[in-house]
Amino acid sequence: MSESILKAENLNAWFGPVQALKNIDLEFSPHSVTALIGPSGCGKSTFVRCLNRLHEEVPGATAQGKVILQGKNIYDVAVDPVLIRRKIGMVFQKPNPFPSLSIMENVVAGLKLAGIRRKSILMEVTERSLKQAALWDEVKDKLNQPGTSLSGGQQQRLCIARALAVEPPILLMDEPTSALDPISTAKIEELVVQLKKNMTVIMVTHNMQQAARISDKTAFFLLGDLVEFGETSSVFTVPREKRTEQYITGKFG
Amino acid sequence: MIKPPKRKDVRRADRVFFGVIRSLSALIVLALVSMGLFLFDASELAIKKNGFVSFILSSEWDPVQDAYGALPVIFGTVVSSLLSLLIAFPLSVGIALFLNEIAPAKLARVTGFLVEMLAAIPSVIYGLWGIFVLLPWLRVHVQPFLISKLGFLPLFQGPAYGVGMFSAGLILSLMILPTISSIAREVFAAIPRIQRESALALGATRWEMIKLAVLKSSKGGLFGAMMLGLGRALGETMAVTMVIGNRAQIVSSLFAPAQTMASVIANEYAEATSDIHLSSLALVGLLLFLVTFVTSSIARILIWRVK
Ligand SMILES: Nc1ncnc2c1ncn2[C@@H]1O[C@H](COP(=O)(O)OP(=O)(O)OP(=O)(O)O)[C@@H](O)[C@H]1O
Ligand SMILES: [Mg+2]
Repeated sequence: MSESILKAENLNAWFGPVQALKNIDLEFSPHSVTALIGPSGCGKSTFVRCLNRLHEEVPGATAQGKVILQGKNIYDVAVDPVLIRRKIGMVFQKPNPFPSLSIMENVVAGLKLAGIRRKSILMEVTERSLKQAALWDEVKDKLNQPGTSLSGGQQQRLCIARALAVEPPILLMDEPTSALDPISTAKIEELVVQLKKNMTVIMVTHNMQQAARISDKTAFFLLGDLVEFGETSSVFTVPREKRTEQYITGKFG
Repeated sequence: MIKPPKRKDVRRADRVFFGVIRSLSALIVLALVSMGLFLFDASELAIKKNGFVSFILSSEWDPVQDAYGALPVIFGTVVSSLLSLLIAFPLSVGIALFLNEIAPAKLARVTGFLVEMLAAIPSVIYGLWGIFVLLPWLRVHVQPFLISKLGFLPLFQGPAYGVGMFSAGLILSLMILPTISSIAREVFAAIPRIQRESALALGATRWEMIKLAVLKSSKGGLFGAMMLGLGRALGETMAVTMVIGNRAQIVSSLFAPAQTMASVIANEYAEATSDIHLSSLALVGLLLFLVTFVTSSIARILIWRVK
């Protein structure tokens, strides 16, 4: 197995006094898709939000432990979370384009933050990202309309394009298809498989078939613990843990 | 066993409740209409004698000569209000951003409370403080400094009296600050958390997040907050009357005494003896009533739209 690109070591997270993650150790190898599964409230979102240091933005929330990104611990005191977040893209469960920005402005928002202003570059990146997100054909004639004028599924693909525009090596997706229709879902699944060529994808999902279809590895969380982690094919066919088997066969959760 | 209340009873409670609310609203509308009618009635003489338009456009207000032109007091009202907005608006937005987006929760609560307290201080106290503390300080330190540095501008010329447009604008800005900042805080609080998080997740610094996720989406609401502040500043009477110097004139210097629509009424109503003087003051009152009504309505509509 190749060297991991991102690695959580002994990661713990709290909301005030309540512990949401307990001693998580988890590695992600480059150009892989990892699915995070588990019943509601088990800490999947908390975990991905620890990976780009967004967790700590919630009032009262704290995290402890290490997350090694390309050899460096992002929880070192000297590390600026802003720079980390530019390397790790994120797509949220609910589509959330910036309401005051146009479709194009939404796509290039991250580039502008990084100081890129050249019109030709912005235009080029807009087209590339929207094509990647399978949205270009639907919006190419109305790039100046507000991002919120799109349908929910289109908005989510716009948010994916926004995350892809800065070409992050890692992409976090927290239930990106849970609010979408089957067609949009299929498009996004296809995209994720494509993205593997250029990046590492970590995706939370409640949909077992989806996890089985597109992921290389699967991690199963339960009550803040990482119960099982392995090749998706084996987790779904011959799980090592009784609790994993119960969950994926629908006995609880 | 608990019996569900009969449908009829529930309906009756509703009917009584809505009946009371409806009568109260009707009462408020009635009061508004009655004020408008009173002002209209009282100002009839002035309108007849001078004409509405020429009343607004003539620039001489001198009761001794029986000259009643409203332009100087309109000028005073507009300039003092704009001056106060110029100071209070950026300050209020800054305070609201600091309290909502940056300060730790505890500090935000305490500071927010103190700012809101500014709104609870009676206007006459602002006036007294202005006369005894602010004006002497402005006269001795601030105004001479501005005159020596910026005296080449018409805005900062002439003797430093202390009283005048500049002082009125300053006091007003302090008085409208809590209005604007509390509305601005509501506007910011209405922006969903996820908006801010998606900006942060894209690699925005705190300030960039504020620009991208907070300020850009709250333009309409902030404009409403500004209009509400303007509405307050236009009509504010007591404190302004105490510090503005009460001379109805149109001059370029902010340090010169001036007069506003509200302050001229407060100043002269008690001593006005001739019918035309009283009626002219009522006409100024009618103008002020209409202008503040329209300003505040626009403000309210803008703020509603945000929520
Ligand atoms: N803002 C918050 N404040 C306090 N506790 C929270 C907060 N967000 C989540 N929690 C708690 O932390 C735990 C983990 O939540 P998390 O959102 O990570 O679960 P999840 O696995 O993503 O669930 P879901 O599948 O429903 O999205 C839960 O017990 C939840 O109640
Ligand atoms: Mg979640």
